[in-house]
Amino acid sequence: MSTTPLHGASFGDRVYRGTTAAFVLSIPALLVLLGIEVAVAAWPALSAFGFGFLTSSEWNAVDGRFGAAPAIYGTVVSSLLALVIATPLALGVAIFLSEFAPRWLRQPVAFLVDLLAAIPSVVYGLWGIFVLVPLLRERVMPFLADRLRLGGTPFFSGPAYGPSMLAAGLILAIMVLPYISSVTREVLLAVPRSQREAALALGATRWEMIRGAVLPYARSGIMGGIILGLGRALGETMAVTMVIGNRHDISASLFAPGYTMASLIANEFSEATNDLHLSALMAVGAVLLALTLVVNMLARWLVWRVERRGRS
Amino acid sequence: MRDPAPRRSLRARRVTSGAMIGLTVVAAVFATLPLLFILGLLLERGATSLNWAFFTAMPRPVGESGGGMANAMVGTLMLLGIASAIGLPVGIGAGLYLAEHRGQRLASVVRFLSDVLNGLPSIVIGIFAWQFLVRPVRHFSALAGGIALAVMMVPLVTRATEEMIRTVPDALREAALALGYPRWRTSLTIVLRTALPGIVTAALVAVARIAGETAPLLFTAFGNQFWSASLAQPISALPLQIFSYAISPYDDWHAQAWAGALVLLALVFLISLVAKFATRSRFGGGHD
Amino acid sequence: MIEALTTTADGAATGVAAADGAAPPIIAVRALDAYFGSLRAVRDVNLDFPEGQVTAIIGPSGCGKSTLLRTLNRMHETVTGARVEGEVLLDGKDIYARGVDPIAVRRRVGMVFQRPTPFPTMSIRDNVLAGFRAIGRDAPPRRAQDEIAEATLRRVALWDEVKDRLHASATALSGGQQQRLSIARALATRPRVLLLDEPTASLDPMSTLKIEELVHELRGDVTLVIVTHNMQQAARVSDRTAFMLLGDLVEVAPTSRLFTSPADERTEAYITGRFG
Repeated sequence: MSTTPLHGASFGDRVYRGTTAAFVLSIPALLVLLGIEVAVAAWPALSAFGFGFLTSSEWNAVDGRFGAAPAIYGTVVSSLLALVIATPLALGVAIFLSEFAPRWLRQPVAFLVDLLAAIPSVVYGLWGIFVLVPLLRERVMPFLADRLRLGGTPFFSGPAYGPSMLAAGLILAIMVLPYISSVTREVLLAVPRSQREAALALGATRWEMIRGAVLPYARSGIMGGIILGLGRALGETMAVTMVIGNRHDISASLFAPGYTMASLIANEFSEATNDLHLSALMAVGAVLLALTLVVNMLARWLVWRVERRGRS
Repeated sequence: MRDPAPRRSLRARRVTSGAMIGLTVVAAVFATLPLLFILGLLLERGATSLNWAFFTAMPRPVGESGGGMANAMVGTLMLLGIASAIGLPVGIGAGLYLAEHRGQRLASVVRFLSDVLNGLPSIVIGIFAWQFLVRPVRHFSALAGGIALAVMMVPLVTRATEEMIRTVPDALREAALALGYPRWRTSLTIVLRTALPGIVTAALVAVARIAGETAPLLFTAFGNQFWSASLAQPISALPLQIFSYAISPYDDWHAQAWAGALVLLALVFLISLVAKFATRSRFGGGHD
Repeated sequence: MIEALTTTADGAATGVAAADGAAPPIIAVRALDAYFGSLRAVRDVNLDFPEGQVTAIIGPSGCGKSTLLRTLNRMHETVTGARVEGEVLLDGKDIYARGVDPIAVRRRVGMVFQRPTPFPTMSIRDNVLAGFRAIGRDAPPRRAQDEIAEATLRRVALWDEVKDRLHASATALSGGQQQRLSIARALATRPRVLLLDEPTASLDPMSTLKIEELVHELRGDVTLVIVTHNMQQAARVSDRTAFMLLGDLVEVAPTSRLFTSPADERTEAYITGRFG
């Protein structure tokens, strides 16, 4: 029931309306303010370096030369790596929970997976520093490089100190898994029974039914979940900064340390030596902001498009 | 739908099916393992450093044993209090507006923008708060940290409030109006009150989420090795303390970091539990 | 012209219609149009509601009877785009005049809806007294309120069933009990008129009967207007009945006359079941 125009509205009604309207308007106001403040703070660096800020790899506080390319590269690579690892696992868990799991197992397993999302980023980082990174350094990386003979390839070359793009990707994968899994689970459960029964009646095996009837139906929702996970990975700060090594480097090797935009800001902010340095960090923040907005828009558009196609 | 019965032999298809099912089980195992592993580790490493002093003592300089995170715990509670004091009224008020002006232009736009705000990286919110609240006055403050957290709370509370208000049937509103309730009273004392259990749950969930946030606090609250309960001074917080201890080179502090992480996790879980159980309506069970 | 004495369903004699100059009607509708946007749902209705009597409004779905009812307590305008033209005189004063507060109107003209809607966060006692919360500071003191609650619950024959659990949730009651509670809630603040919009449509036959008995008993103290799609119900409980069709008021007469010898052929068609 919508509210009517204000004829005869009492004083109390007007105060109520005004207050709720003020609160509601605070949200766009906040966003505008945020955009302005970040832009203003980033401007000195952006105007000094122009478009080259996005492509330059040089980061030299002393000489006053800053380029965000390694951080951008690191953000993209670590997030994509996280998705590559997390998506099959998340899909697997979700399919297991919605199709195969016995009733008594569903709740506990779902609960445990969802709990992953409740763990604070800094706790993941702590675990990353003292467990994951040593594990990588002492076991996994040598295994990949020597045993699997992958050390010759560009992706697994170079010294393996531990803090690395691989570590960041792995930790991000764990953090992103519950989001993809939970959305996928919901979407799978929403697939109507008739779809599954039709496939089984035609003689499909369990797996064929899932692959042929259920997954295509749920496709747009699953994509939405993946993009949600991507959004989270892009902005993740603490866990990444604790395991990625924090080096301004673009390297093909997953063993190499690197930077993400978020971890760069977190790591250097308190040590920023001069105003240009600060502005450069803010400019990195502005780039991250822009990237996040673009990915979110893309996600909405994608989901809308796939849904539209699915309906026709 | 693709042809579900291609021309491979039934036997081969069955084997494939079984194998895929097995793979999903493996995935489920791999997905739950990290959690159990991390929790177990936290308990093991954290519990050993946990003692009474941890909860009551202040941080000691490196090399001295003992010391605790009392200031960090109090700081976290204070920051959560500030964030809630700002975030809850704004979120609930905005949620009420969105629910009561459903089809209108402004409501749709704000709803969309609220989702955008929700998706912003917390570090970006942190640098915004720094630029707006810290830089002009040249010092860090608990207030700036609380406001940064509040900014993260608002979209969560707004969306939850709107959804909960929408579950209240229109008939209830009509009955109140017909009794002579003014609109504002209807909205606040009848509709909002009916939706309150759901809103309180969502608010607690939001608080649990921001309790673990570090990035927005890095350049606002900043952290403080000493005792402070002042709004205008930098303040310690559990996540901040854990972070600075974890990246330090000292084993003592590493042990404290584990203990702090255990306490932080326990706090987050406790708030979530309270959210689930303590908000059953006075008469048991929710409304319909 | 002297109107013949009319009788209601149970044979008791009632007073005559207001047309011959007896006490003025408590509500008088004059040239009323009610709109939803550009749709005219109620067309030029003139209708009197005598004080202390039960008036029923019947007609097929969509005829505008509920809309008309909701103009009597200014609830019609709570829907976006809805408006009213014409006059509704309550005790001689137009409730749609400029400066009239709709909330004041609704406190003097109470309403009960089709679905009982007890407030879920309030106890049974608080539900009955909810109307006083709307008044705020002018409400009677607590002790007086407890007495009012008891008296009102007795009046709707609910007291014995709930007296031991006044502080329990109202949602635990059955549908029929909840509806009687809703009536009590509307009556507690002593409105002049009580409007009932299909009050038994969602109830079982036993509860329906109890509500009808209640309506019958409330006559005299309160003026009642009841909208119903059930003709037999109208014949059972009301003193006068109005028949509406497509927004027009077709005919209004003492109940027994309307049902035995209607003046308009459309009325006759409806009550003999030829449509609607």
